[in-house]
Amino acid sequence: MFQQDYFELFGLEQTFELDRDVLMHRYRDLQKATHPDKFANGPEQERRIALQRAGQINSAYQTLKDPLSRAQYLLSLSGVESVLEQTTIRDIEFLEEQMELRETLADIRNDADPQGSIFHFLADLNKREKTYFNQLSKLLSNADEAALIQANDLTLRLQFVRRLQQEAEAVEEDFF
Amino acid sequence: MALLQISEPGQSRAPHQHRLAVGIDLGTTNSLVASVRSGSAETLADVDGQHILPSVVRYLGDSGVVVGSVAREAASEDPQNTVVSVKRMMGRGLAEVVNAGLPYDFTGSDSAVPRMHTACGAVSAVEVSAEILKVLRDRAVETLGGDLDGAVITVPAYFDDSQRQATKDAARLAGLKVLRLLNEPTAAAVAYGLDRGSEGIHVVYDLGGGTFDVSVLRFSRGVFEVLATAGDSALGGDDMDEAIVDWIMNELDIVDPDHYLKRRLSRLARDAKEQLTDVEQVVLEGKMADDSDWELLLERSQFNDLIEAQIRKTLIPCRRALRDADVQLEDIKDIVMVGGSTRVPRVREAVAEFFNTEPLVDIDPDKVVAIGAAIQADALVGNKPDDEMLLLDVIPLSLGLETMGGLTEKVIARNTTIPVGRAQEFTTFKDGQTAMSIHVVQGERELVSDCRSLARFELRGIPAMVAGAARIRVTFQVDADGLLSVMAEEQTSGVKSAVEVKPSYGLADGEIETMLRESMDYAADDVAARALREQQVEADRVLEALAAAVQADGEALLSKDEFAIIDQAAANLGEMRNGTDPQAIKKAIESVDAVTAEFAARRMDASVRRVLAGQKLDDI
Repeated sequence: MFQQDYFELFGLEQTFELDRDVLMHRYRDLQKATHPDKFANGPEQERRIALQRAGQINSAYQTLKDPLSRAQYLLSLSGVESVLEQTTIRDIEFLEEQMELRETLADIRNDADPQGSIFHFLADLNKREKTYFNQLSKLLSNADEAALIQANDLTLRLQFVRRLQQEAEAVEEDFF
Repeated sequence: MALLQISEPGQSRAPHQHRLAVGIDLGTTNSLVASVRSGSAETLADVDGQHILPSVVRYLGDSGVVVGSVAREAASEDPQNTVVSVKRMMGRGLAEVVNAGLPYDFTGSDSAVPRMHTACGAVSAVEVSAEILKVLRDRAVETLGGDLDGAVITVPAYFDDSQRQATKDAARLAGLKVLRLLNEPTAAAVAYGLDRGSEGIHVVYDLGGGTFDVSVLRFSRGVFEVLATAGDSALGGDDMDEAIVDWIMNELDIVDPDHYLKRRLSRLARDAKEQLTDVEQVVLEGKMADDSDWELLLERSQFNDLIEAQIRKTLIPCRRALRDADVQLEDIKDIVMVGGSTRVPRVREAVAEFFNTEPLVDIDPDKVVAIGAAIQADALVGNKPDDEMLLLDVIPLSLGLETMGGLTEKVIARNTTIPVGRAQEFTTFKDGQTAMSIHVVQGERELVSDCRSLARFELRGIPAMVAGAARIRVTFQVDADGLLSVMAEEQTSGVKSAVEVKPSYGLADGEIETMLRESMDYAADDVAARALREQQVEADRVLEALAAAVQADGEALLSKDEFAIIDQAAANLGEMRNGTDPQAIKKAIESVDAVTAEFAARRMDASVRRVLAGQKLDDI
């Protein structure tokens, strides 16, 4: 049972699109069955097994609830990720766009209204993120390798976007 | 079945016997102990009817140690022997506490734990905290009328691994069995949530004497799920007092005050702060060094200005927590205020403005944490076997490893639900490299030097290979208390190295044992008797649980042969348990563990399958 993949652990199909409510309810019920607090009064061995099992369920939940890590996980199950381990993005247009966004963010610090600008900047990033996720969903419903390779490329782009979001949030905190 | 006969009548406890458990709020300024008695949780008072124990410890040399208000009265006469706000020093290194401008005379020790020179010798923050805990333990034993079966100790949610470990060590030193370290805001949510049974998203704003936490929780069907937590483990009411002290010194042109004057001014400042909750202005008065009198008027609006920056510092974590929890302001059902410092009117106002809703203050903010801890302790110790309550907490700060160039590689991100296990693979960077040093850090920053160093250890005996060929798998395991253990294994050869993360600023292995032995509470006989009793209790626990497990699932999950092996090991344990050799009992428990490991894992899997089977029916 410890060899199960995360989807199996939650009794779910291996798909990118999933019902977050179903995931959440299963997660809670699984925790009720395995959390070490439920064994606090039991012998050490039970507590140890509970700790491992509840920890595994938490890892699985953490991975499945975020669409980016879920996509990455699906790709790793399909074996695409390991083939492409060394890939970096070669799309010059995308990289230039990222450079520009980065410059915009750096300039916001000297902006007349940094808070307003950050707000728009983050809204723009969210829009980009959404577009990527829509594309990703289509690609991942497709089993052929070309689609998976494209999907993998999208997860790399999404990582760029996520990093930029974090940096923008850090800038926002500085101006709060 | 032989197994069921092993726990002879009278040897194990009756299943419904009420066990004694307490919740302890070990605060920066004040501490409390609470317990569930006849169904409701309440804080316990001392002989004078006082519930709150000031967290102040005075060392008197030959006349021993005093804790509480008597010690607090002496804080300004005897600053070097009177330790206040010790919580701020928990899990901290020498360099950190020396720079804090405290009156104590610090020295380092073998384990890098700073110690203060007092009339009773050098003491560490862990020992000082243990003195406070002992007073509360004795109070509980007295009030509840028996030895305690366990305690839940609360810690700020934002406490890192070192601070948590230090707290657990202090509890052990005070002779308490720690059922769980519980985050303070989570404890408060339990007290409020169960009180009202209100489902939905709650925010707990907890501003104590020296720490600030904010947690965003979702409460639904008995499960309290912490979605995110943020805070500052060095920000609280003490800092407000400090701001008033600075203002007084500025007004009176005092430079370079001695420790006695500083403590006196702190006391005045604290009183003024507390009065300003109810009145618009206060008069502060005292004597100058030349014995002349001074008098100053402090208005509430001035005080508000003095603390504005501190209050702002609490709102940044509020934003971060909401963002990490992915929760919008309009999703929040209510804001719970916890900690004495939330009595300050400006704090309430600022929180109401930020969240755009009036915060709840109807449970005494000083007591709510201890009450929540008592409720959890009661459940953990087994007094409510059918209870559905479950607390799912998170780690407040990311855990990671140092990689090339002094950079941090995150292994477990902040706000991940605990317990959690995560593994990451690393490789060697030189040909023929046979050892690897592993440095575990906690924090959000990219540079290792900006994070807290938790532990360093070495994995040796890696077979010599070309650079990049070795596969070193580092596994992090965080338990429900938020404490980390780390294991490293080279995958191709199976060379292993494991560490209990003993924080870089923690007490060394064995130090606690030495302290326990040295403490007056345990004479030599006592130690042996205690060891035997502990093993017997564990043996009973194992046998009881095993009998119950076999009765429930033995037939379905065990073959006849497997059952016979388990039965024999259990019979052996039953025999040893009635002897007087703690080591023999321990060994017998270990053999039972070994032969039942597979059975225990199968049972866990079976219960997981039952959950999924039930769920799928629900979905239809």
